[in-house]
Amino acid sequence: MTTDTMMLEDLARKEYKYGWSTEIESDTVPPGLNEEVIRLISDKKEEPRWLLEWRLKAYRHWLTMEEPKWQNVHYPPIDFQAVSYYSAPKQKGERPKSMDEVDPKLLETYEKLGIPLKEREVLAGVVAVDAVFDSVSVGTTFKETLAEKGIVFCSFSEAVKEHPDLVKKYLGSVVPYTDNFYATLNSAVFSDGSFCYIPKGVKCPMELSTYFRINEASTGQFERTLLVADEGASVSYLEGCTAPMRDTNQLHAAVVEIVALDNAQVKYSTVQNWFPGDEEGKGGIYNFVTKRGKCAGKNSKISWTQVETGSAITWKYPSCILLGDNSVGEFYSVAMTNNYQQADTGTKMIHIGKNTKSTIVSKGISAGKSQNTYRGLVKIGKNATGSRNYSQCDSMLIGDKCGAHTFPYLEVNNTTSQVEHEASTSKIGEDQIFYCNQRGIETEDAVSMIVNGFCKEVFRELPMEFAVEAQKLLDVSLEGSVG
Amino acid sequence: MAIIEIKNLHANVEGNEILKGIDLTVNAGETHAIMGPNGSGKSTLASVLAGREEYEITEGQILYNGKDLLEMDPDVRACEGIFLAFQYPVEIPGVNNSYFLRTAVNAIRKHHGEDEIDPGEFLSLREKMKLVHMDDRFLSRSINEGFSGGEKKRNEIFQMLVLDPTLAVLDETDSGLDIDALKIVAEGVNEFRRDPSKAAIVVTHYQRLLNYIVPDFVHVLVDGKIVQSGGKELALELESKGYGWIEREPASVSA
Repeated sequence: MTTDTMMLEDLARKEYKYGWSTEIESDTVPPGLNEEVIRLISDKKEEPRWLLEWRLKAYRHWLTMEEPKWQNVHYPPIDFQAVSYYSAPKQKGERPKSMDEVDPKLLETYEKLGIPLKEREVLAGVVAVDAVFDSVSVGTTFKETLAEKGIVFCSFSEAVKEHPDLVKKYLGSVVPYTDNFYATLNSAVFSDGSFCYIPKGVKCPMELSTYFRINEASTGQFERTLLVADEGASVSYLEGCTAPMRDTNQLHAAVVEIVALDNAQVKYSTVQNWFPGDEEGKGGIYNFVTKRGKCAGKNSKISWTQVETGSAITWKYPSCILLGDNSVGEFYSVAMTNNYQQADTGTKMIHIGKNTKSTIVSKGISAGKSQNTYRGLVKIGKNATGSRNYSQCDSMLIGDKCGAHTFPYLEVNNTTSQVEHEASTSKIGEDQIFYCNQRGIETEDAVSMIVNGFCKEVFRELPMEFAVEAQKLLDVSLEGSVG
Repeated sequence: MAIIEIKNLHANVEGNEILKGIDLTVNAGETHAIMGPNGSGKSTLASVLAGREEYEITEGQILYNGKDLLEMDPDVRACEGIFLAFQYPVEIPGVNNSYFLRTAVNAIRKHHGEDEIDPGEFLSLREKMKLVHMDDRFLSRSINEGFSGGEKKRNEIFQMLVLDPTLAVLDETDSGLDIDALKIVAEGVNEFRRDPSKAAIVVTHYQRLLNYIVPDFVHVLVDGKIVQSGGKELALELESKGYGWIEREPASVSA
C-alpha cells in the first residue's frame, strides 16, 4: 500500500461530532412490541379511533411478514422485542404552546447541533424548522407566517388533531400499511414526524425543514412525514438527522409520503448524518426507510436529493410514482460510506402516465472497508407512452478494501419510450492526488476537492445553504477515510 | 547560485534500478535540456524531482536551494517552488480550472505565511492565460476534461505562469503538439525564463522543442546515466546522428 492510500485512509478516520447525548428526563415505554404497546402509544397521543385501528391493522399484517433479505447488506438479526417503541422528553404539565415554553435543555441540544429553534434567531425567514427529538416533535418555527398563506406545517400528532381530514385522506395513500416489512412496522408504531400541506396555487415562501434527533439509548425512531402539495403548489423541503454515539445499534424505520397534485412541485432534500458506528463497525444506526412520492396530478414534479453520509446501514429507495401525464420524477443522490458502513440505496421510477420523465443521478463513494450499492428500478408501463428516463450511476472507490456495486433494473413495456443508462466506476486516482500535490495542495484538500467535483451534479440540486453543509459533511466523513 | 544539485542519484521502481547515478547542478538563470532515448530514465528523473511515490531513492542526494529535497512531501516541494509540467496531465471531473488554480495559489501563499489572494489580484493573474492563447472559457471547464492534447499542455504552462515557481521541470511538454502549439508553449516558457532568478529543466526526446526553448546545456541520458553533456549544439548533433551514436561512443565528450 502506498503512503497516499494510507493517508487517504487516515483521512477517512474522522470523528463523529454529533455523538454527545442530552441528559433529559424522558417518558419511555419499556422495550417490547405487542398490541398493548400500540394502544399505549395511540393513547399517549390521544389519537382518534380510526388511527388506532389503522395501526393495529398494520401490526397484525406485520406479524405475517418476514424481514427482507434481498438487500446487499449484512447484520445480525434484530430483536424487535428489545426495542423501545416510544420515548418522549418528559413534560411538566401541558404541551408547550409556543417556542418559549419548550424545555431549554432541548433548545440547547438543537442549538449545539446548529439548528436554532427560536424564530428570531433564524435568518430572516429562510427556513422554518420542525424538530423531532426521539419520538416527538418538540417545536415548529414560523407557524404563523406560514399559516397566513394557508400552509400547514406542524408535527404529525398535531396534524392528526387539527387537520384529521387531510391526514385521513392522504395517510398511507402512497406507502400503504402493507407495503414492506419496515414501512408496516412504522405504520403500527410511528410516534411522530412532520406534516405539511401546501394549498392550491401557493408557493411556499421559505424552505421547510425537519430535523430528527435520536437521543435515548435503546429506542427506535419511527417517524412519519406526510407532505401534500395541492394543485399548482410548490415547496422545497429539507430533512437532517443526527444521533449520539452508542455502541449498540439503533433502528430507524421512517416513512415519508409525498403527494403532488396537478402542476404541483415538491423538492425534498435530505442530509443524513446518523451515527455511522465507530471505526471498528460497532454501533450506529440502522436506517431502514421507505420514501415515496406520488405525482398524482398532470404536470406535477417530485424531486429527491439526498446526501447520505451516516448510518451503519442504509437501506432506502426514495421513489416516484409518475401517475399524472407529463409528470416528472428526479433522484439525485450522493452516498458516502466509510469504515464498516453499508449502504444499499437507489430509487424506483414507476412510469404510469403518458410522456412522463425521470432522471436519476447517483454518486456512490466508498472508503475504508465499506460497501456501497446502488439499486434502481425504472419501470415504464404499457400506457406510459412517450416516456423517458435517463440514469447515471457513478461509483468512486477510495482505497482497495471497499466495494461498489450497481444493480439497475429496467422494464420497458411500450415501444415509444426511451431509457438511457450510464454507469462508471473509478478509483480515486493517485495520479489525481499527485497532480494536486504537485500544485501545492495537501492530500486531504486534494481528496476533498476531487470528491466534491465528483458529486457536483448532485450538490447543485441542493438548496444553496444546504449545499454548503453537504460539502462540509462530506469533508468530515472523508477524514481518515481517504482511500 | 545553485538552485538544484543532484548528487549520485539512484532510483528504483518496483525493484528495477532506473536511475543509476545522476549528477547534475542547475544554477539560477539556466535552462538544462535532458535528452535521451525512450526508457533512458528522463521522465523518472522529472518524477523524482517532483516527489512521486512509486520511485524509491536508494542512493544519493538532492539539494534544492541548499535544503534536502528528498525530505519534502510533494506538496511542500511545490510550495517551495518546484513545478512539474506533466507529460500526461490528469483530468479531474467536476473541479473547474479556476477553482483549482485559486486553491493552489492559496496553498502556496499559506505555506509562505501569506493571506489568501484577493479576487482582484487573482483576476489579474488569470490574464496570463493570454500568453498561452487560452480564452476565459477554459477557466470554467473541469480540469483537463475533454481538453485536446495541445490544450492540456498549454494549460500546464498557464498554471506554471500563475504559480510562478523557481524551478520548472517540463516533462516531454512537446509530445503530441503540432508546430503552432509548440511555439505557443515555448513562448510561455521563455516568458518564465526571462527572470534570472529562475531555472528550467526541459526533458525531451526530440531536438525540435529546443529550437524554440534554447537551452544553456544539453545532457544525454542513456540507461539511467548522463553519458554526455554539452551546449545547445549537442542537441543538433544528436538530431542528425541519432541516439545510437552516443550509445556506441559512450562519454567521449564532456561539457
